[in-house]
Amino acid sequence: MTATKLNLKDRYRLLTRDLDWEYSYQNRKDVFPMEEFEGIKITDWSKWEDPFRLTMDAYWKYQAEKEKKLYAIFDAFAQNNGQQNVKDARYVNAIKLFLTGVSPLEYQAYNGFAHVGRQFGGVGARVACQMQSLDELRHVQTQIHAMSHYNKHFDGFQDFAHMHDRVWYLSVPKSFFDDARSAGPFEFMVAIGFSFEYVLTNLLFVPFMSGAAYNGDMATVTFGFSAQSDEARHMTLGLEIIKFLLEQHPDNVPIVQRWINKWFWRGTRMLALVSMMMDYMLPNRVMSWKEAWEVYFEEAGGALFKDLARYGIEMPAYAGTAIAEKEHLSHQTWSIFYNYTHAAAFHTWMPDEREMDWLSEKYPNTFDKYYRPRFEHWREMERAGERFYNPTLPMLCQTCQIPMGFTEMNDPTLVSYRQSVYKGERFNFCSDGCKDIFDHEPEKYVQSWLPVHQIYQGNCGGADVETVLKDYYKMNLGVDNMDYRGSPDEQRWKQWHNLQSAEDKLKKAS
Amino acid sequence: MTIEIKTATLSTIRNTYEHTRRRFGDKPASRYQEASYDIAPENNFHYRPLWEPEKFLNDKTRTAIVMEDWYVYKDPRQFYYGTYVQARAKLQEVAEANYSFFAKRKLADGLSDEIKEHVTRCLLPLRHMELAANMNNLSGCAYGTATVLTQAFLYNGMDRLGIAQYLSRIGLLLDGNSGASLATAKDYWMTDPVWQGVRRYAENSLVVRDWFELFVAQNVVMDTLVYDLFYRQYDKKLSAEGGADIAMLTEFMQEWYRDSCRWVDSVLKTTAAESDANRELLVQWVDAYREKAAVDLAPVAEIAAGEDAMAEALAALDKRLQKSGVISRAAAA
Repeated sequence: MTATKLNLKDRYRLLTRDLDWEYSYQNRKDVFPMEEFEGIKITDWSKWEDPFRLTMDAYWKYQAEKEKKLYAIFDAFAQNNGQQNVKDARYVNAIKLFLTGVSPLEYQAYNGFAHVGRQFGGVGARVACQMQSLDELRHVQTQIHAMSHYNKHFDGFQDFAHMHDRVWYLSVPKSFFDDARSAGPFEFMVAIGFSFEYVLTNLLFVPFMSGAAYNGDMATVTFGFSAQSDEARHMTLGLEIIKFLLEQHPDNVPIVQRWINKWFWRGTRMLALVSMMMDYMLPNRVMSWKEAWEVYFEEAGGALFKDLARYGIEMPAYAGTAIAEKEHLSHQTWSIFYNYTHAAAFHTWMPDEREMDWLSEKYPNTFDKYYRPRFEHWREMERAGERFYNPTLPMLCQTCQIPMGFTEMNDPTLVSYRQSVYKGERFNFCSDGCKDIFDHEPEKYVQSWLPVHQIYQGNCGGADVETVLKDYYKMNLGVDNMDYRGSPDEQRWKQWHNLQSAEDKLKKAS
Repeated sequence: MTIEIKTATLSTIRNTYEHTRRRFGDKPASRYQEASYDIAPENNFHYRPLWEPEKFLNDKTRTAIVMEDWYVYKDPRQFYYGTYVQARAKLQEVAEANYSFFAKRKLADGLSDEIKEHVTRCLLPLRHMELAANMNNLSGCAYGTATVLTQAFLYNGMDRLGIAQYLSRIGLLLDGNSGASLATAKDYWMTDPVWQGVRRYAENSLVVRDWFELFVAQNVVMDTLVYDLFYRQYDKKLSAEGGADIAMLTEFMQEWYRDSCRWVDSVLKTTAAESDANRELLVQWVDAYREKAAVDLAPVAEIAAGEDAMAEALAALDKRLQKSGVISRAAAA
């Protein structure tokens, strides 16, 4: 018998889709009980187009090759103390933010995709989600391994998982993913598969990896390259889920639009952390946040939404506000963290003169007018030995959980402040976007575990901030937190490179 | 004489992450440890899941099994993602060579029609059972507790998809890529009376909500019986009856099963050793599923591997359970 050649599509169908069968001993709805409560209508799962046709044998083979190469680099990096080759030790704070803020999200994605990888009734969608779950597990584990060596030479990495569950600014990314995972399976896919992995990935994951490339961080950038083909698969899955939902039934369109609005706004709020990383934390800048936003959201995202218009999908609500914010976001966010660095597990600092000039050049409309004077004032205070730390605890937005520090876009001196009343109780928001999200599902967002409220209610092991930081967050005070200048990180860095700080020089001279 | 390259040594400020230091002491930790212990979210979940409002995300009560510390488990294979894919890539490489050899030498042509028909009826329908196993292990991953367990469930789940795909490829080798044998096998799965028990067992497992109960139903009871019946007994019978070349195509399943047993046994053992309540629950589940599986598998066991086959498989299951400290009352009686 001569074997006929099977094309990839037919072969994949036989090897995956055809494994499923019509149940007769159990009701389908009992096997997939979560498919209907969101109001999404799926009329025919067989219309699902497999975004990639990867069988397990090929998956094991390719991924094993990638892992072998990646771990060879990690080993070489550790053996040669590659951490000495980063541009300067301030950079390392960017990857502290990554390990404590982003890697745990990869873990949550692993959980979330396993959940939908069990719950979707269509075997094609199920299997694609399972593979993404496995990839996400890869990402969190390889990130832990990539940074394991940094952890041995810098402070602030050591308790990332413990901190992610507790620390005030980490509740921003944590609540974002908790929100998506506690939603129904289709909303999860629009939130994470589409909005996060497709629309915003170039503004989240990629800037960290580019930052690593520009600043001599071989371990992290090698991980980034190694994850690239995984990310490409995740993007095609994100796009397929949107098209599938929109093509299945016209009633899905308004539901999907509302989810896009919500998750676009949730996402842009979380990207505040990335914006300050790009503009302030990278000694060698890749591009400004504003430039990145223009390229990856306004241009690429604009083209995407033009493409989706044929389904009746529009640009996300509040895209206009988000676009206006590109001029301010990073400066306002860095200000917040500069204020509260005594309560953070990474260091901040005031940009030096050259860096301020770069910011002036990149932000001609706003930096000199609104931010430079404030930063110069803080720098003066620091020089006078009175580095500014804000001793109060900030009020947090009930939805995004960022301290209420963002301003109105038509008046950057006025803090933006919105309120809603639900069941007689008043709730506060940083923006119209966050208020809308709350107003649509108040019963969900009243549950938010707001770190500042929790401290005041005595749920974080103590009444005073220092006890909370030390015992509940497990921060090493005076080591993990405070300004970069004078930190043990800085001292070690100078020792490695035989550098003397200005203060040391002065001391020796006197 | 040895060659000695001088490198700058920098003293480290800590040996490992805090989560591994707290658990294993202040010394360098292995990659398995750093990437598997205490990294799952545990506290301060923000919102109740809309799909299960009475629980939290990562809720430890999605099973009736109770563990003081869910991280007492340890995968004896020490699989984290990197070691997992590399171990499977090795198995895959051997399988690929076997499948290519089988195709290149046209070994299907040397098999009698009876053998081909028998394989189509007795082996290929298992690809559907493997899909149920895939879903049941995904439940363990999605709703289970502690990365030491949940990651192993995911690896197992993906392995089952891989096995379903290898089984499908056996069909394609037999039918010259027409897919006819897979259609016939699916027909058997759907309508042949000898398969209906197995299909019923599979479908019933898909509505079980307790993920640890599912682990017992699928990975312990069903898998032990199926892998003994089809990949040991049936394999032997095929070899004796002129189908030895088929064995080349099921080597992956045999090797995989040996590997998977190491993990499954360790989970059983650790769970049973934790408390009498756990042990009692495991015995209850084992008894209930053993009884069902014995009835459900018996017809196909007989046509595949003979009338003593089911008893032999049950003996293999009981031996395994005994070793893990879970003694089925049915077996003891």
